[in-house]
Amino acid sequence: MTPRGEGCNVIQRVVIPVFATAALVMAACGPQQATPAASAAASAGASAAVPAQQTPVPGGELVYIVTAEPPTFDAHQSTTFATLQPVSPHYSVLYKLDPAENVSKIIPDVADGMPQISADKLTWTIKLRQDVKFHDGTQLTSEDIKATYDKIISPPKEVVSPRQGAYASVDKVEATDKFTVTFKLKYATGSFLAALASPWNYIYSAAKLKQDIKFYEKNVMGTGPFTFVEYQKGSFWAGKKNPDYFIKGKPYLDSFKAVFITDVNRQTTAIQSEQAMIEFRGFTPQQRQQLSSALGNKLAIQESPWVCVNYISYNTTKKPFDDVRVRQALNLAIDRWAGSEALSKQTIVKDVGGLMRPKGPFAMSDTDLEKIQGFSRDGKASKEQAKKLLADAGFTADKPLTFKFLNRNVTTPYEPVALFLIDQWKQVGITATHDVKETAAYTADLRNKNFDVGLDFNCDYFDEPDLQLAKFYSASGLGKGLNLSHYDDPQLDKMIDAQSRETDVAKRQTLLKDIEKYAMETKAYMQPVLWWYRILPYNAKVRGYVIGSNHYTTMDMANIWLAK
Amino acid sequence: MTEQAHPAIAHDAEEVARRRWLEDTTARRWRRGAADFIRQRPLGTAGAAVILLMIFAAAFAPVIAPYDPYEQHFTGIPLPPSGEHLLGTDAFGRDMFSRILFGARTALLVGFVSSIVGSTLGLIFGVVGAYFGGKVDEAIQRVMDVLISFPLIVLAIAVVAALGPSVGNVIAAITIPVIPRVARVTRSSGLAVVRMPYIEAARSVGVQAPRIMALHIAPNVFAPYLIMLTAFLGQAILLEATLSFLGLGVVEPDPAWGNMLRGQGMQFLDQAPWLAIAPGAAISLAVFGFNLFGDSLRDALDPRLRTA
Amino acid sequence: MGRYVIGRLLLMIPTLLGVAILTFVLMRVVPGDVVELRYSQSGSVSQDVIDRERHLLGLDRPLQEQFVVWMGQVVRLDFGTSLWTDRPVTEEIGARIGITIELALIAALIATLLAIPLGVVAAVNQDRWPDYAIRVFSIGGLAFPSFWLGVLMILGLVVWFHWAPPLIFIPLWKDPVQNLAQLIWPALAVGYRYSAVATRMTRSSVLEVLREDYVRTARAKGVRELFVVSRHALRNSLLPVVTVISLEFAFLFGGLVVTEQVFNVNGLGKLLVDAVAHRDYALVQAIVLIFSFVFVFVNFIVDLLYGVLDPRIRYA
Repeated sequence: MTPRGEGCNVIQRVVIPVFATAALVMAACGPQQATPAASAAASAGASAAVPAQQTPVPGGELVYIVTAEPPTFDAHQSTTFATLQPVSPHYSVLYKLDPAENVSKIIPDVADGMPQISADKLTWTIKLRQDVKFHDGTQLTSEDIKATYDKIISPPKEVVSPRQGAYASVDKVEATDKFTVTFKLKYATGSFLAALASPWNYIYSAAKLKQDIKFYEKNVMGTGPFTFVEYQKGSFWAGKKNPDYFIKGKPYLDSFKAVFITDVNRQTTAIQSEQAMIEFRGFTPQQRQQLSSALGNKLAIQESPWVCVNYISYNTTKKPFDDVRVRQALNLAIDRWAGSEALSKQTIVKDVGGLMRPKGPFAMSDTDLEKIQGFSRDGKASKEQAKKLLADAGFTADKPLTFKFLNRNVTTPYEPVALFLIDQWKQVGITATHDVKETAAYTADLRNKNFDVGLDFNCDYFDEPDLQLAKFYSASGLGKGLNLSHYDDPQLDKMIDAQSRETDVAKRQTLLKDIEKYAMETKAYMQPVLWWYRILPYNAKVRGYVIGSNHYTTMDMANIWLAK
Repeated sequence: MTEQAHPAIAHDAEEVARRRWLEDTTARRWRRGAADFIRQRPLGTAGAAVILLMIFAAAFAPVIAPYDPYEQHFTGIPLPPSGEHLLGTDAFGRDMFSRILFGARTALLVGFVSSIVGSTLGLIFGVVGAYFGGKVDEAIQRVMDVLISFPLIVLAIAVVAALGPSVGNVIAAITIPVIPRVARVTRSSGLAVVRMPYIEAARSVGVQAPRIMALHIAPNVFAPYLIMLTAFLGQAILLEATLSFLGLGVVEPDPAWGNMLRGQGMQFLDQAPWLAIAPGAAISLAVFGFNLFGDSLRDALDPRLRTA
Repeated sequence: MGRYVIGRLLLMIPTLLGVAILTFVLMRVVPGDVVELRYSQSGSVSQDVIDRERHLLGLDRPLQEQFVVWMGQVVRLDFGTSLWTDRPVTEEIGARIGITIELALIAALIATLLAIPLGVVAAVNQDRWPDYAIRVFSIGGLAFPSFWLGVLMILGLVVWFHWAPPLIFIPLWKDPVQNLAQLIWPALAVGYRYSAVATRMTRSSVLEVLREDYVRTARAKGVRELFVVSRHALRNSLLPVVTVISLEFAFLFGGLVVTEQVFNVNGLGKLLVDAVAHRDYALVQAIVLIFSFVFVFVNFIVDLLYGVLDPRIRYA
């Protein structure tokens, strides 16, 4: 008795189902092959397909995505957008960025008018609005401002204040009368108004802080346009309209819901299926492409340069990175202009710039920039120069420079940026191995000098050189924990201090140019790779939002409304 | 092979067949077995063909691959399959076909090493536990329980975070969960075998424990061992993909199917589906191949399961 | 039988202890800690801030002291506070454990409903086309990376039906429709994989039993095939199947980790991944202990079932 053969065609049984399934799904997704023309068109317009502003219509619930969960509700102690994005609707600040412009114009929030600055620039007198109420009904007075800023500037030992250093110039904060606050400074500085407009400085109730200085870590009670409704851990954060908000007629929305989604594809599909309307951090060009082909003119897109950048950090305490020629060579090998072309099509980086955001108020002109090592348009010549420097430093074809390039295990944009750098270095004979570590280990290694060369990053809420240059102070001085190239340079410290105290804008600009050349070329301590670029595709029903240069400010949602 | 080798002359067909079987050399038996296998089990043969294809691709990748898998032609946009690039390119301009070929190396390395080492260690633990019983068995079981109930993800993150992401560490991270799973299954099958009277007989006659375990128990738990081994061959490749999803697998720019799928594949799902189809199909095909072959092999080897 | 039960219960303790120690050691050995992580988001925080925070959390005490303190708390069922959010660990876990359990149970149900009938049909029809189709189908469950399957599923739903599974979880008793609408998809993805090994195990196990003498006897006696299979073969073939299903249940929890991320289900798996990434020792230790407890407990039930299904083992 012969066994029944297995007979039937194997191809039919196995191969076809596998490929058919995959092919079916792909075909259903449509022939979405990104042609160069399509993506060029998409990235050219800064605000493609934004419907014209009309009269705001009250009502509706805004559902938006936040890509991480808030570890604490107290923005004074937090350093992540994950706190600001869901929680800011409940709070006001003293001064804020004008949401209609969202880049550099500072306007009052609970303050009444701009601050009166004394002639010696050391006394700042601020009047407060008299119609501001906390959500528990109590009125806002100068005591609340004083308590808030005392907590930020001189925190008691139970709380932490990561941005304390930005207020080093403050001598004391006084509540001079019920609706007037005075800041007395030790020295004049050009950045103090920006410091007062920090999105992290939620105004808290002095009474609550007196009861429990840690009250705001787990509770919400502010003066903002929305009152707190619910926080379902891991799921969503909800708030509803504050009927007693001090700006009559606002907010337009009845309520909002911030939904937490960490998976990138799920974020895209949430907007694509219109479950969520907008995400306030930024999407990749591919996500924009997918959403725009799926939603057509139901989608609005806004784009903007970003005050976020990646730095190449050299461990100057380790050979051969203590040799400035090696650092210069590594920098010269990188053709940033070519990289910008290609990388901007696949991830969230775009502009070439120095230590100040390109196209921002403190950036040097492109002509000046191109004179600095590593920023020349002639990539080939730079690479030749790099090879020569390497040879001078003792590296030849037989004994090439080899090292581990430390990076975070976050895809966007760290991975493509690193791949680009590794390839550029390969072209001048350097072998860099990609050493990816998950964030905790990566941070530890950078801080503990346990690396060769690493890809660092920095994000700020404002174009302010004091913020952007904070990393460049000496590692054993003010740059402790921030300066990850671990160098000490008293001359650079003096230069940074000088620009901080300089109140004349033109003079400050010159000082900044010198600093950039010194830090990036002469000493080659740290150089930026490419500045990030924000792409915000969102449901066109959302109106009243103007994209800014960062993902921290203007998150109070007071101006947003929904079209029918 | 003549009847002169035997004292008696056999006349019936069964006797002839029996003698022929006795006189068969091992090589001939293997060859005939293989021919039977191919004839009777086309699914398994297809699986074997896929495996051989993979091995061939991995072995000759440097020769077959038209491009260097690391070579970038920086365009920022993936190119669709064409005459120049059989499977297209990714956003860095790297040829996908070459990357898939070189990815086969990583896949096979990870797959074979982790599943064979893990399964064999698991077999040893399982058989030892089943044979000795008592305290030894309990101790082994507790250790296996600890390992098995430990979530793979924590283990993988710990291994990779502490030691850095490299193919070796990924293999280590994948091998460890294989061991207790195989141990459990071989132990439960082994327990049934250990109770058989002939084991007791062998023990009483004085056969040494290792010999009993190796020659009598192990072969009888061979079927579940083989199932698990072939299952894990494919699973290891899949686990590498999962670890890559969490950012813990083989890292760019090294080509590995897992990180190709999770990286460029998922990012360009909408615009450049070939970036995902190629590694996805490769992974699926590999797992299919290993499993089909393993299944049919086990069916063929286990005499109790023959249909005739 | 009672002694058997108590014996097995007591054996759970050393396992859990082993897991606790292993977790503790592994987490501490790995570089980076929660404080550095908390301030790595903006990349610009000074060392003083970090040192102070570390002290506040008690992370600068010697390791042995930390372990002893933690063990003392666990014994009193106090799992401490999450280092990342400063909330009680029980609160963090409690908010999510129901979801994961529900997901696991639905997946297990789907898997069993698939595996046993399919396995039996495949075995009974060995080497004919239903067998091949089922074998290919079940291997398919193992062949696709689960995150891949999940992404394709959601994308398929969005592109073909312009509908995505609900983002927000609502408990089963409050709104069963939305609850199931959200969980059925990840359960399918996980359940399909889970059923794969079980189907093949069922098939091979039933095949083995069908060759046994007593089955041949039953057939020879003229018992109808249906009864041969269900009454004689099935019960004895279930033993290794039960082993595999229980074994895979633990694997299932591991599989949930990735699935929860992809489908954005707010469960323990996702919490665990985040906790490990945050180096939130207290939370990781608690979740791992829970996972192990579930596994060990499931095995305990399985051992009991062994005793029921195979009387020989009871008196071993």
